[in-house]
Amino acid sequence: MKPSSFGYSRPESVAEAVQVLASIGPDGKVLAGGQSLVPLLNMRLAAPTHLVDINRLSELAFISVADGQVTVGATARHADVLRDPVAATAQPLLRKALTLVAHPVIRNRGTTVGSIVHADPSGEMTAVLALLGGSVRLASTSGQRCVPAEEFFLGPLESDVRPDELATEASFPVLPPSAGCAFAEVSRRQGDYAICGVAALIELDTEGIVTRARAAYLSVSGTPLVLDLTAACGDVGGDLIEADFAEAGRLAMSQVRPTDDIHATASYRRHLVGVLTERALHEAHQQARERAGG
Amino acid sequence: MADTGLANTRSANSGPTYSGPVNSGPANAERAQARSARDQLFDVRLVVNGIVHTVIVPARRLLSDCLRHDLRLTGTHVGCEHGVCGACTVLVDGVATRSCLMLTVSADNAEITTVEGLTEPDGTLSPVQQAFTDCHGLQCGFCTPGFLTTITAALAENPEPSHDEAREIIGGNLCRCTGYQNIVKAVLRAAELKRRRSS
Repeated sequence: MKPSSFGYSRPESVAEAVQVLASIGPDGKVLAGGQSLVPLLNMRLAAPTHLVDINRLSELAFISVADGQVTVGATARHADVLRDPVAATAQPLLRKALTLVAHPVIRNRGTTVGSIVHADPSGEMTAVLALLGGSVRLASTSGQRCVPAEEFFLGPLESDVRPDELATEASFPVLPPSAGCAFAEVSRRQGDYAICGVAALIELDTEGIVTRARAAYLSVSGTPLVLDLTAACGDVGGDLIEADFAEAGRLAMSQVRPTDDIHATASYRRHLVGVLTERALHEAHQQARERAGG
Repeated sequence: MADTGLANTRSANSGPTYSGPVNSGPANAERAQARSARDQLFDVRLVVNGIVHTVIVPARRLLSDCLRHDLRLTGTHVGCEHGVCGACTVLVDGVATRSCLMLTVSADNAEITTVEGLTEPDGTLSPVQQAFTDCHGLQCGFCTPGFLTTITAALAENPEPSHDEAREIIGGNLCRCTGYQNIVKAVLRAAELKRRRSS
């Protein structure tokens, strides 16, 4: 349970970091908060030849809200994002999801961008980025590129970051005025990996009719699964008491292909997809109505 | 308390045991071992419980191992070594952090508080430590250092936790003896003692 040997660099700027990454080749790895990477090193499931420690890149420790996006820099901790009142107002789903990310002590050190790059199928923030249609900005010595969420997640623990690239920031679109969001998950204990989790987003028109309902799922597929459930919400009118998302839950259940593992059977996971979809859409709908002034 | 055991056995399996003098640089044996493994060594300055230490360590030295083996501060316990149990929690610049998930080199120039640093200078137990004795918040004691540091940091941020918040505070720490009820009570008792001492 000790890491194998590796080289180590601690750059002081993004420019220096990408130069080091370019020079060390494909077996290098970026170390940010280390709350996923260091366990992998300790268990020797990963053995990179060189670590580039970006924790001193204070230029990336920002959280900003501008141009309709909440943008989180690569060294902003989960706890920083969770506490940021401006980010929470602009996109409430960030705070709703972050309270479910591991435990407070892990959130003190773990970074939001790092967990997105890690692309764990059970990661809350990957689902949030996918649901909102966010993006990740990557820097290398040859310049920068911005990858939309739908192209960023390639497979379990695999994201579209090339060996010479540093993910510098992730951007999440702000919540539109007459929209609501929610996050619901089931885990054995608070802070554990979710057996199933759902992030939901609902948008209403001026009549209070649902014009768009989407949900993103974790722990039921290799990459975050985003489903458009608008068609199943057609009967949901403006009256909150009659809002019924059972049909949307059934639609979601028919769309997922979970697998068995030691934590849960596929059929239990599918059951949770239905229950949690209904629950999350309900809460999102309630928030959308409140925000729309209804 | 189970200070020996796991951690020492494991380090013997995967590398040298460290017999260098306390509060100083590395032993020659360690240098030789590190060189043979082609580990580059780094000078790291740590302020641990107010005392400045300089250690020379390979990049892969976990902060938990640096504290226990290089600095001989064995109050920090090592349970799972992958961030699940919380026994190794220390305060890094005041923030509760898993020392088994942090490289010593990453902590260069940081101020670290371990369980040894919680007691008042005159030896009085800190409010959290006193609360654990008052409420019988420990049995075997292996997990206790991690609970004490975690709760100390949490109360600095939230001096009046509710019962639910007290449970949330300790949610990331495992205890196999107590069943947690007395630890939850100790969190609330510690908050009470802290308020009383500061008034």
